[in-house]
Amino acid sequence: MIHASLAQLRRALDSRQISSVELATLFLDRIDALNPQLNAFISVDRAGALSAARAADERIAAGTAEALTGIPLAHKDLFCTEGVLTTCGSKMLANFVSPYDAHVVSLLKAAGAVSLGKTNMDEFAMGSSNESSYYGAVSNPWKTTHVSGGSSGGSAAAVAARLVPIATGTDTGGSVRQPAAFCGITGIKPTYGLVSRYGMIAYASSLDQGGAFGASAEDCALLLSAMTGFDPRDSTSLERAREDYAAALVAPDTGTKPLAGLRIGLPREFFAEGMADDVRAAVEAALEQYRALGATTVEVSLPNARLAIPAYYVIAPAECSSNMSRFDGARYGHRAAEYSDLADMYSRSRAEGLGAEVKRRILVGTYVLSHGYYDAYYLQAQRLRRLIAQDFQAALTQCDVIAGPTTPTTAWALGEMADDPVQMYLSDIYTIAVNLAGLPGLSQPCGFGADGLPVGLQLVGDYFSEARLLNTAHQLQHVTDWHTRRPATA
Amino acid sequence: MSLSNEQVGHLARLARIALSDAEIDATRVKLDGIFALIEQMQAVDTTGVEPMSHAQELPTRLREDTVIETDQREAFQRIAPQTESGLYLVPKVIE
Repeated sequence: MIHASLAQLRRALDSRQISSVELATLFLDRIDALNPQLNAFISVDRAGALSAARAADERIAAGTAEALTGIPLAHKDLFCTEGVLTTCGSKMLANFVSPYDAHVVSLLKAAGAVSLGKTNMDEFAMGSSNESSYYGAVSNPWKTTHVSGGSSGGSAAAVAARLVPIATGTDTGGSVRQPAAFCGITGIKPTYGLVSRYGMIAYASSLDQGGAFGASAEDCALLLSAMTGFDPRDSTSLERAREDYAAALVAPDTGTKPLAGLRIGLPREFFAEGMADDVRAAVEAALEQYRALGATTVEVSLPNARLAIPAYYVIAPAECSSNMSRFDGARYGHRAAEYSDLADMYSRSRAEGLGAEVKRRILVGTYVLSHGYYDAYYLQAQRLRRLIAQDFQAALTQCDVIAGPTTPTTAWALGEMADDPVQMYLSDIYTIAVNLAGLPGLSQPCGFGADGLPVGLQLVGDYFSEARLLNTAHQLQHVTDWHTRRPATA
Repeated sequence: MSLSNEQVGHLARLARIALSDAEIDATRVKLDGIFALIEQMQAVDTTGVEPMSHAQELPTRLREDTVIETDQREAFQRIAPQTESGLYLVPKVIE
């Protein structure tokens, strides 16, 4: 059961081979046994999970089960959960119990999914290694001396080590795709606006987007289908009919060319210098598989992609500095024990409650938004954002899907980049531009590097092409077994 | 571009983050590195390019002017550091 796909779990639950309570207990016991070495969870909610599982068993008995009814999952700890701690990886929210559920949490509860707890993350989702968490770094299940990636590192590590079959995450600059790549699982960030941000603690609002982690594209499709949908409480939620991404997957048929006609664009800039040899070898092998499946590959260009990181590190900190002003020690969260006046209360509460990386991004944002610098920084970054988005549109006239590495290297050692924020920023070179454009992106496992750590292949498509991305990954997963490999810890 | 300690101190005051002198020093070094990265933007001529503030450039949605929220003061204030008679308590601002 531990390694079963969601479809297999569904059959087991519906045929009463296992109950939802038994399934939840199985995974909760694994969390108890394996989480001490991985640190993937910040909170485990055994009582809440078992109560939700009992309700799911009643639904199954009544014949009203949906695709996720009775399926265990975990939420990244920035989705507000009523009655369960939501820390966002920060000391600032160490005592924060949300009075309401995030929209995504409500949707998954209504679908009958069973939340086992909340996963570790970089503080306020600001980081690429999960090392900025106040609750400690997450270990990579494939090599516990290495990082899980970030910021949704806890969710990715938990799914990779099979502490839970599926998990939610968020992606502002690569925070679903990069940890999915580092942990050898599949992760998808949909088109900006498909997943409601209501109750999702904000980092950079014009870029933040909820996403899904699973062992396979099929599992991600099932989870994502349940997470999307219009929500009037999020002003940027898109008024579109919900899609059933799992139903859109084409049943693979060995011996045919299931991807005949699919044009895969390879951005020249993503295959240039900077990509490690072992990553390149795995990515090239996956592309060869795609050609065998009938797809054709064509070189495309994203000439402004190299500017995505500098533009992102203006736009994201600017939005972050505004969003983070809500943490003032007045209404919720940490308040300093001693202060002289109101301004001092704010300054000390924030100094004590926030970590170094969060403070740096707030200060950068404060600077680029200040009088006299706004045009040179913020508007220039937004102009580059348009050029980057236009590059993708031009490339997508020549191809249906853009493919390349998710990350330039496999996971690095814990502590290796802890003192060099810029070096860590540069590791998001292939993912960040996708957020600036607001396009959907997916990472799927495509092999292992020289050190035995997983390599991810990124697929990017036009707006609302989630079904195509998931099916493209699904077809590769039918002819390869990277997605079924499990780390020794699992 | 490189920042002075005074500039970093000013930014920290604007952002309401208390920083010690040692922290200002360490922060300045890191910020200089970040701004060196950001400066790469200036090499591109973006004359005539319309700034893009959002991925989905949609008009702001309007809704009926009706009450959709209920009073949840008690639930919200249960998690506040300090309250009294339904009010959030902070240090006195006006003497």
